[in-house]
Formats: sequence, structure tokens, C-alpha cells
Amino acid sequence: MSSQPNLPTPPLDLDAIRARLADSKGPQFWRSLEEAAGAPAFQEYLDHEFTPGTAEWSDGVSRRRLLELMGASLGLAGLTSCTKQPPEKIIPYVTSPEDVIPGKALFFASSIPGPGGIATGVLVESNMGRPTKIEGNPEHPGSLGATDAQTQASILALWDPDRTQSVLREGRPSSWQRAQIALTELREQMLSTKGAGLRLLTETVTSPTLGASIKEFLTVFPEAKWIQYEPAGRDNVRAGARMAFGEAVTPVYHVDQAAVIVSLDSDFLVSGPGAVRYARDFANRRRDGNAGMSRLYVVEPSPSLTGASADHRLALSSAEVENFARALAAAVGAGTPAAASKATEFLKAAGADLSANRGASLVVAGEFASPAVHALAHAMNAALGNIGKTVHYVDAVEVDPADQMAAFKDLIGEMNAGKVEALLIAGGNPTYNTPADLKFEEAFRKVKVRIRLTDFDDETSAVCHWVLPMAHPLESWGDARAYDGSISLSQPLIAPLYEGKQLIEVLAVLLDKGGREVRDLVKEHWRPQLAATTPAFDDFWQKCVHDGFIAGSAPAAKAVTMVKDLSGALGAAKSGGSTEVLFRPCPNIGDGRFSNNAWLQEIPRPLTKLTWDNAVMMSPATAQKNGAVNGTMVKLGNAVSGPVLIVPGQADDSILVHLGYGRTRVGKIGNNVGFNAYKLRTSSNPWVMNGVEVRNAGDSQVMAITQEHSSMEGRNLIRMATLDDFKKEPGFAQEKGHKVFSLYQPYEYKGYSWGMTIDLNACTGCNACTIACQAENNISVVGKDQVNRGRSMHWIRVDRYFEGHLDAPSIHHQPVTCMHCENAPCESVCPVAATTHSEEGLNQMTYNRCVGTRYCANNCPYKVRRFNFYLYADYETPSLKGLRNPNVTVRSRGVMEKCTYCVQRINAARIEAEKESRRIRDGEVITACQAVCPSGAIVFGDLNDPKSKIARAKKSERNYGLLTDLGTIPRTTYLAKVTNPNHDLAPKGLAKPAHGEAKG
Amino acid sequence: MAAQDQALAPINTEHADPVLIQRHSNSTISDKISGVVLGAPTPKQWFVILGIAFLVLQLLPFSFGNLLLIGVGKFGINQPVGWGMDIINFVWWIGIGHAGTLISAILMLFRQEWRMAIARFAEAMTIFAVMCAGMYPVFHTGRPWLAYWLLPYPNTMGLWPQPRSPLVWDVFAVSTYATVSILFWYVGLIPDLATMRDRAKSLVTKFIFGFLSLGWRGSAKHWHRYETASLLLAGLSTPLVLSVHSIVSFDFATGLIPGWHTTVFPPYFVAGAVFAGFAMVLTLAIPVRKWYGLHDFITDRHLENMAKVMFATGMIVCYGYFLEVFMAWYSANPYEWAMLMNRVNGPYSHLYWALWICNGVSIQFLWFKSVRRNTTWLFIICQFVSVGMWLERFVIIPMSLHRDFLPSSWGMYYPSLVDWTMFIGTMGLFTFLMFLFIRGLPMISMFEMRTLVKKPAEAKH
Repeated sequence: MSSQPNLPTPPLDLDAIRARLADSKGPQFWRSLEEAAGAPAFQEYLDHEFTPGTAEWSDGVSRRRLLELMGASLGLAGLTSCTKQPPEKIIPYVTSPEDVIPGKALFFASSIPGPGGIATGVLVESNMGRPTKIEGNPEHPGSLGATDAQTQASILALWDPDRTQSVLREGRPSSWQRAQIALTELREQMLSTKGAGLRLLTETVTSPTLGASIKEFLTVFPEAKWIQYEPAGRDNVRAGARMAFGEAVTPVYHVDQAAVIVSLDSDFLVSGPGAVRYARDFANRRRDGNAGMSRLYVVEPSPSLTGASADHRLALSSAEVENFARALAAAVGAGTPAAASKATEFLKAAGADLSANRGASLVVAGEFASPAVHALAHAMNAALGNIGKTVHYVDAVEVDPADQMAAFKDLIGEMNAGKVEALLIAGGNPTYNTPADLKFEEAFRKVKVRIRLTDFDDETSAVCHWVLPMAHPLESWGDARAYDGSISLSQPLIAPLYEGKQLIEVLAVLLDKGGREVRDLVKEHWRPQLAATTPAFDDFWQKCVHDGFIAGSAPAAKAVTMVKDLSGALGAAKSGGSTEVLFRPCPNIGDGRFSNNAWLQEIPRPLTKLTWDNAVMMSPATAQKNGAVNGTMVKLGNAVSGPVLIVPGQADDSILVHLGYGRTRVGKIGNNVGFNAYKLRTSSNPWVMNGVEVRNAGDSQVMAITQEHSSMEGRNLIRMATLDDFKKEPGFAQEKGHKVFSLYQPYEYKGYSWGMTIDLNACTGCNACTIACQAENNISVVGKDQVNRGRSMHWIRVDRYFEGHLDAPSIHHQPVTCMHCENAPCESVCPVAATTHSEEGLNQMTYNRCVGTRYCANNCPYKVRRFNFYLYADYETPSLKGLRNPNVTVRSRGVMEKCTYCVQRINAARIEAEKESRRIRDGEVITACQAVCPSGAIVFGDLNDPKSKIARAKKSERNYGLLTDLGTIPRTTYLAKVTNPNHDLAPKGLAKPAHGEAKG
Repeated sequence: MAAQDQALAPINTEHADPVLIQRHSNSTISDKISGVVLGAPTPKQWFVILGIAFLVLQLLPFSFGNLLLIGVGKFGINQPVGWGMDIINFVWWIGIGHAGTLISAILMLFRQEWRMAIARFAEAMTIFAVMCAGMYPVFHTGRPWLAYWLLPYPNTMGLWPQPRSPLVWDVFAVSTYATVSILFWYVGLIPDLATMRDRAKSLVTKFIFGFLSLGWRGSAKHWHRYETASLLLAGLSTPLVLSVHSIVSFDFATGLIPGWHTTVFPPYFVAGAVFAGFAMVLTLAIPVRKWYGLHDFITDRHLENMAKVMFATGMIVCYGYFLEVFMAWYSANPYEWAMLMNRVNGPYSHLYWALWICNGVSIQFLWFKSVRRNTTWLFIICQFVSVGMWLERFVIIPMSLHRDFLPSSWGMYYPSLVDWTMFIGTMGLFTFLMFLFIRGLPMISMFEMRTLVKKPAEAKH
């Protein structure tokens, strides 16, 4: 104890001390005068072991305290080293190639041929020589800047690690040199027989250059044959045109010109040639609920997205659809024999509406509807004076509009007869996708030389002698026709990754014309045809390649004349009745060509929200009849068994199965997904099969469905009104409840303030936005098991709700992105400030900072946040690294992610704007979902710019926010839906102003 | 033990319902309690349960391995249910801890003598429960190795936790709670540790207890310090009893999910915590009392008092349940009403009704004194309460999340293997630590029990 006892000091009486000491006996020691005085205070001091308060005394900074502080400071300073900053390596170009600026993307125009060989013009984003994203080509007539989901996903097909990577000879790696020798030998051998026994099997060809090359091939080998086959081809469309006009002309619709549209089992807004364009045209006429708003009737056996967009939809079995077409044709005076349809009311209303809008109406027949329906549709359009107004015809876009199934059947017959010496199959996959009754593989094995040019070592390749890797369209030069017959050009964005070649190059070997670049072949093909009109052809060609299409190449409308009498060709009306099975290509993976595409497998199928599977889809009543619930395994005939999926809106006794599944040899993704419906299909009637026995197999299967609940539960999530109600009360979508107040000061936005609207009147629910977002933002796929656990990662999802009757519901879509709320419930609960509000209003996610408490996702009322429960991103596969957008972080395990409003695009535009010392212009930032949207439903931009498109959209009376009564103030808002029903048809659960219970 | 009992004085029956059977002297109390650690043969149940607990505890490394190496996806969570058994169990364990603090702090301030026999035991339970609870917030994160980012520490990024988040409040609340609880428990142990040191025969035990008792010599100065420290810590702990679970309830109450966004949560969580905590104290006290023959110290009056607290808090909890139902109707908020309907009638409704049976119906038996004093019945009711309080958190957390605002995002939550192994593993850890504590430290506060011995002079009054 260094300090002195703090004693009260009574005055010392020295005399008394002396007296005390004198009186005492024995030795006496005294420590102080106070003790000697026997002062009670001192006695008290002695009684305490420690003085009161001793321990609490502080003496400024002691040595001990100094050491404590130093130790703690050192310790805490050490903590700062816990986060290692990643090392950054830079690799400079010694000599920089022109135009290649790291971090800056270049765009090249090209085109991607879809099913049926129909090309969509695209702009491909290239980062440092890697194509990473496909955008629509705004100047291309079939795109107008948008694409469909499959075109978006074709970028993944390019980088697919399961693609055929080398030449295979009997399954063993070989080389192009050896293949060339073999092909040359084949040429020598075949020249001697004029090509007898030489067959070329391709998918539908619309490329004039390739067509010319094939024609040359057929000239050199006059006995050879060229067969086209696609399992989901357009034979019925061509047959229908032949029936009506005597030739296989291709119809081109002008949906924006039509006030009344009747679709006969056609999904023209979403699938088939021109769908992207038609969706835009359709939406443009309906967007604002103006007077000219068109009305769409859809009659179909199975609900399609077009059906979901209809003002009136009727579910009829496919036989009944034909009867309906016959009756409707008679009703509008197409001069065809009268027929009965059970849909009398619907028929009357649609017929009257069509007749009242002569020249401004349109009847569209679906790709897979019978030829008779097509012929009737043509007849109706002719009778209504629509030809030349809402529809025109052009020469067939195909190089050879043959009856593919017939030719293919002949080929199989020849193979079985041993007449085929050598078969070169380019693309396709006939071993897998030929109707079961034709027994392709059996016949194919009888061919002596089987050569395959393919993108996958698949079921067909497995039985080929030679497997040659095929170049992806993004690795190829070429041309192809768009939906309207105009010429699209494609150019390679990258040298073939796996030494792939195009068919035209393989044919060149057979023709002994090897060594010429396909680029030159295409150019030289067009030189003679265009040189006459364009003197400076080389310059013109340069521009065409730059633009991605040959301007003005759309063929002129072809004058067509209806055959005098259709009744003979139409034959007798079919009778429905027994259970029918419909075969359709899957809206996502098509006829199976995209089955190894994980994006397309994982994206929910429209309407059913099923992923990673196909199903036996039936109406609730049919399921009840068969004692099935979702997931019940049923056998169709003896060939196929699959899980039942109940689809409200499906025609009763009509069962839909999607083709393209049950593949056994395609790759890691596509193998053993779903069941193979081709095994049930027959060549005689490939789209519908009657009298198939449906047996309940007893067991059940789990299906990964992303949206289990389809009712809005009376909440006014999707607000809609009929056109009449909208006119009466334009503000029907506005919140009627109380205003939401906040105690907090609102944010102030001095610079930009980003916002988005999604027009529910335009949205068809086609999923293109989801895939575009996935491609743009490096979003991982998670697989069936994880989807089934509710862990899919899509940043923008399309919610689907049914309304009204279980058997004939109206169907609504609502794309849901991050709302970028002003009062974001996610921001306030993040413990580490990983999600914050930007000064431009974005709700931003800092992945590096996220520790993954998931509180934000819990607290998000829109449930748009997505969590990396595992390491979903593929860090290993080299080719997938090439696919990634370099401007978007690849998220690791354990972090939250969500829509960013494509902040990387905002920043790219900002850099450009700041270089020029100006604000970002309206339309300069286009989000991935906005760019791809075929119907232009999504608008994005700066709310601080009063002249911007988004500011105008937000002023719309239809503009409303989702769950605004929570006070979140979402930046993404919706434009309410307006429908245009016919007064004569009682609206079946459709289009009442949806002021549900969920008000304020 | 019988021989020991014979050495005791005859039972003083003056007080019919004592908190200490009055046949003990100061030394017999110390003999009896320290004997559990130092002398008396260990009952075989101890070995059996410790062994089982040790084996069950091995599920924890299994769970942590899964979560660290593979990912938090090993839990059954998904979108929309981001929190499942991880947070249920966190809240459950934290709640259990509350009984200890309540007994040692609040009852101490209220000078309830009956707390003395059970306080030590309950405090140990608090600490072990908080240890179990503490694992969940760390391992439930997507990146547990970065969970320390929730702590305020200086770093090169210049980033601090986000103070608006209830999870940050949790970090402070729970860590304070753990610190104060451990201090309180340890400070309370010091005089007894010294007794143990003095009574220990082996040099090693002597050394260990000597080391732990921090040189306690029982001087008046020591006792003075001790009393001051306990009073201060009791004062610190008292608000913590109320604040910790209030703050835990803010995790939900500040969220906007129907079923979470409720002002009734803080008091109802605190009551629920005490409810669950007393059930757990009873669950442990009843068998341990039997195995070690501690009927003199933990009397039926103790059990009854605990049953009464449990009953009272249980009724508060039920009042909370009633309020939730009432407010769902009274608010006229369709989402709240849908939430209630989902509880009553949704896919998990059986759990909601089970909750009512466990927490509402089962405790009604506690109206009867005979039940409150019947160890078997009490034990059974406690099990119902423990299950019920777990179900309550299930009802609040996943059942609110699985169906919120947009029907399109509705989903289901099914606990996974790792959800269960981690839960059962923490139960193993808790039991393991509890039994080590019983065997290694005086489970009843000897010096406090000694104050209950009535001196003959006093007894004459």
C-alpha cells in the first residue's frame, strides 16, 4: 500500500501518551503516536485488513494499466489482419489488339437458328473474345431487340462441357485428317455409283447457301437423296398451306393490324416462327387499354401462354378444335361445309366478332394443329379479307418445303431394304426422337457407313462409325431465313472450341471443294444475286454482316389463291370422345435439342412451374377419373410411364406429354431427366394419339415444382379490370385504403433514382427475362433436388396465379424482381451491413460482406432474395468460366444474392456518360430482363428525369406497387392488367376489378 | 449414506414445510454436499447418463463438419423458410437458461430463501444452455468462419456491425448474458470451492480447488467483498433476465412477417423463457435429488415453488397465445388473419394444437397441490412444457415464414438430418456438462445452506 491511511486526526494529547506508556507493564512497542494515544480511530484502522475503498483507489496510469492497454491494443490490432485481402494479378497486353479493352464488351450481330431453321437476329456480347451474352438485334424484324428463352440459353450450349470435343471413329478419338480421308474415300466410291445409296439427313434447312451446297451435292451425286427430319417439324403447316393454296407458302402475320384474333391451338405469342415479333405487335396494340385494343380468342386443348393471354379461352380436345374450326369457318362464310361444335356460345361470339372486323381480324392455326385446321384458317382469313392486311404469304422459308415425315419414312424403308450404303446425319438425333413405330435404330444399323455431324455424343452418335463435332452457330458463318423470309447472317464470335465444323464444310469435302472459308461461300453465294442491285457489293456486304441481316431481303408478299373447294381435302369431321394423348415439344427444351441445357431444364415450365421433368399432364377431372394426384405414376399404353401433373385449363380427356425428355446419352445435365414420350409416338399421327390406355401404376414420383400455390388468396397482387371498367374508373388499380406514413425522412436523390415498371398487360409469362437474367448475372443452376427443396436461384421469377373455375381458370402472370424498396425490410435487419441502400435508390448486395444469416430473405415480403445454400457456382469446369459475365461477381457458398437492377450495366453507362460530362440518357441503361422481353413489358430508367420513359410509365393510372400497405415503397411497380372481353360471352371468372380483401 | 443419516440430529418438525429439513448442522450440510464430489460413491446412473451423453455429443462434430465443409444447405431450410431448427433451438436453449438467472438474481434480491438450494444448479444450467444456444447463431450462418463480423472490432475495411439489426443486439445481449452468468456463478462458487479445498484429501484435488478458490480464507473482508460482488452481479443480472429474451424476441417482433410482427413478443418471450427454464430445472433436479439423496436440501417445498413459478409464467404464455389470436382478428389485417388460419388449419396445424396441449392444457394440473408435490407428475408435466416451448418456436419461426405475403412463394419446411443431429448433439453436450458439474463441483451452495440452519437459540423463539 503506497498511500497513507486516511484517518481523522484528533489533536494529540502528548501528556496523556506519556501517562499511558508509563502505566503499561512489560515491553511496549508503539508504531505511532496515534497508537500510543490509543485513539479509537486508529483502533478501527487496525481492525480492518484493508482500509475501506483501498481497492477502488485509482492512481492515474499505473504500470499495470499501461501494460493492459498496450496488450489489448496489440491484440485488437492483430484482429484487423483476420481478413486477408485477395491478391490481385494483372496481366498486361504487350501489344494491345485494336478494340479489345479489358472490361469493355463488344457486340457483334449474328443470328441463331431456332427449331425449324428459323433465324432470330441477335447481338452477341463478347468480352475479351469470349461470347458471354446474347441480346436481340433491335433492327432485325424477327427480334426487335428481344429474343425468346431458348435463344438466350443457346450461349450456354456453346460453352457446354458435354459437347462433342473431338472426332470419334467407332467411339475412339480420331482426327479430322482421318475423317477427311474416309470422306474422300466415300466420295470416290460414291462417284462411281452416282451416289446411289448415299443419303444426307438434316434438320430443316432455311439457309440459302447451305441449300445451294446441298443442291450441288445432289448434282454431283444424282442418285443420292437429301432428307430433312425434325421431330417437331412444321409438316402440318406446310400440308395445310398446300391444301388451301396448292403450295407450301409460309404465312406471315401482322398481329398489330388485327382487332380480333382467333387462335386455333396456336401459341403464336410465345413459340413458333416470329413469336418474338408477334408478342411485341400484340402487346403494342393492347398496352394502354386504348380504344383499338384487340381481342384474342383462343381455342386449345392444353393451356398455352397465348391462351393465358387471351380474353376468352376455351379448352377443347384436339378433335374438338378441328370441329370448332370447321364450324367457325362456316360461320364466317369461308364456303366450307357446315359442322357442329359443342362450343356454340363461344363460336357464335367469335364468329360474330370476326365477321364484324373484316380485314382487321386474324385466324391463326397452331403449328401442331391438323392440316385441316390450317386450311380452314387460311380459308377464313381469305373469306374475311384479311390476306394482305393481317396476314400475308411468302414463298416457303424452307429451302425444300417437303413433307418431312413421308421422306423420312421412305428413308427408313430404304435402309431396311439395304439400299442405303452411307448415311450422313447432320444435327438432329433420330435414334432418340423417331416415332417408335419406325424403329429407326434397327434400320440404321443396316447402313454400312454411318456418319454423324453432331454437337453431342448422343444416342444417334453411339451407333455411328464416324462422329464429327459440329460447330455451334456462334462458331459459324452462315445465313438463314427469318420468320418473314428475310435473310439473317451469322458470323462466328469465337473460333470453334472443339474443332467443330459446319455441314457445309463436310459437304465441301464430299464435293472435293475443301479449303474454302465458309465466310467466302456465304458471301459468294449472295454476290451474284445482289450485285445487280448494289454495285458496291463488298461495301454493302460489309454492312450486312455488321447489321446481321441483309436489309430489304424480305420477300414480297406472294399472291395466293384459295383452292375452289376445300371440302374434299378436308374430309369428314373427326369425332372426339376417347382419351387423346397430345405430343408437344417442351416449351423449354424443345424436341430434346436443349435437354443438356441446365438453364432451360431448371427454369420453370410456363404455367406448370415444373422443373427438371416432364409429366403426364391432365385436367383435374381426368385426373380424378384416373384416381391420380400430382406425382402419381401412370402408364400410357405399354411404352411410357410418367408422373401425373394436374393442369387446370387442360381439356378433359386430353392428356399432354412433352417431348424431349428421357434421354440416355447426352451429358451430365440431360441424361435420365423425365420420360421419353417418343416411345409412344407414331409416325402416322405424330401430334395426337387416340385410345391410349391410361393405367395407374400405383407408385408416385416427386416433381420439383417452384410454385405450389396458385391462388392469390384474395390478395390484390395482380390488379385488373375489363376495358369498360377501366374506362369508367381509370384509377382502379390505385390503393383505396389508408395512406402509409413514415416517421423517417425520405431519402433524397440528387443524381439518379432508378425505377422499373412491369406491364402485366403485356407480359405473356414466357420466361425469357428469367433466362436473360441468369445469363447476364452468372446465376447458378442448382439441380432438381435443390429446386425441390425450394432453393432455386432465379433473380426474376414469373409468378402464375389461377383465378376462377378449376376447369376453366383464367391465368395470370406476374414477374417478380427485387423491388428495391425505399424502406427495404432487408436493409435494416442485416447485422453486417451487407445489403444497403445506394444513393441512387438501389438496394445493393455486397457479397463479400455477407455472412449468410438469411435474415434479409426472411424479412423480404416479396421473397426475392436467393441464398447460396451450397457452393452452387461451378468453379471447376473450365469451359463454364468462359461463359461468365466478367462484370458480375460469381457468388460463393453461404451468401445471399438477388436482382441488382443490372447495376453493372448502370455503371457501364455511367462511365460513358461521365467521359462526356453528361447525365446518363434515357434508354442508355437497359436491364437484361428489359432488353429480352419480347412484348416490351419491362421499362427501366431514371425517375429523376421527368421526360424518361419510366417517369411516364410511373404516372400511368394503371401503375401500382405490390404490398404497398406494408410501407416498403417498392421501386419496381406494375401496370395493371386490362382485358377486353366480349360482352356476349359471360366472362368466366375473368377480369373483375380485383379489389381483394388485402387493402391497407 | 444411511450411516451418515443416522449421525444427524432428529428432525425438527417445527416448520411443517421447510426449505431445509432441520436436522442438519453446518458440518453435516458440508459433509453431505461436498461428499458428492469428494467422498460418496458415485451412483451408477451418473456413469450411464454421462456415457450416453458423451456418445450423443459426438453428433455435434458430425453436424459441424457437415455445415462447415458442405454448407448450411445441410439444414432443411429453403426459400421462404430461411430459419428453421437452427433458430428454434437457439431460442429454446436461451430460454431454458433464464430460470437460472431468475433464481439467482431476482429471487436473491427478493431474499427468497428457497432459492439457495437450487440456485447453483440452475445457474450451471444457464451457462450450459447458453453455450448450447451460442453455437446456433454461429453455425446457422452461411459462412460461419466469418460470423465474427457481427462483433464490433477494428478492421482494415473500416466496417462495423449494422446497429439497426436485431441480430447485432442479440450479439450484445447474449454475450453480456453469458459473461455475467459465468461471473455470477463463479463468484458464488468461491466460498464453496474453498470449503472443497479444505476438505479435499488428494493433493491434486486440493491444488485444483485451491487454484479455483482464489485464495479464499473466509475472512470478514472476503465475505464483505463477496457480498458486494454478488449483490452487484445480481443487480446486473436482473435486467438481463428481462432484456435478453426481449431482445431475442426482437429478431421476430421487428420483422414484418405476419406472426412475427407483434408487440406482445418481449413479455411473452420472457415469460416463456422462465417457464421453459423452470421446467428444465425441475427435469434435472427431480432425478438428481433422488440419486444423491438430497431430499433434505431440495425439499418438496422447492419443487412446489418451482412448479408455481412455472405455472404462473405458463399462464402468461397462454395469455400471449390468446392475444395473438385476438389481435389477428382485431387488427382486421388479412395477412395476420391468414397467418392465424394457417396455424389453426394449415399444413402444420397439428403442431399448433400440440403446442396448446403442451403449454396450455398440461399445466392446468398444477392448480392442484398434490400434483405440484408429486415428483412423477411434475416430471411428466415438465417434459410437456419443454416440448411445448420448442413447438412454440416452431410455430413462430418456420410456420410464419412458410406462408407470408405472396402465395407464389409459399413453401414447406422439413427438418433435415443435420437439423436433428445438431439439436440432439447440443442436448448431449448439455447433459454431459451438467453431469460433469454435478460430479465435479458442489451442486448446492453449501455456505448458503448453512445460513438456513436454525441455531438452537433461534429455534426456541
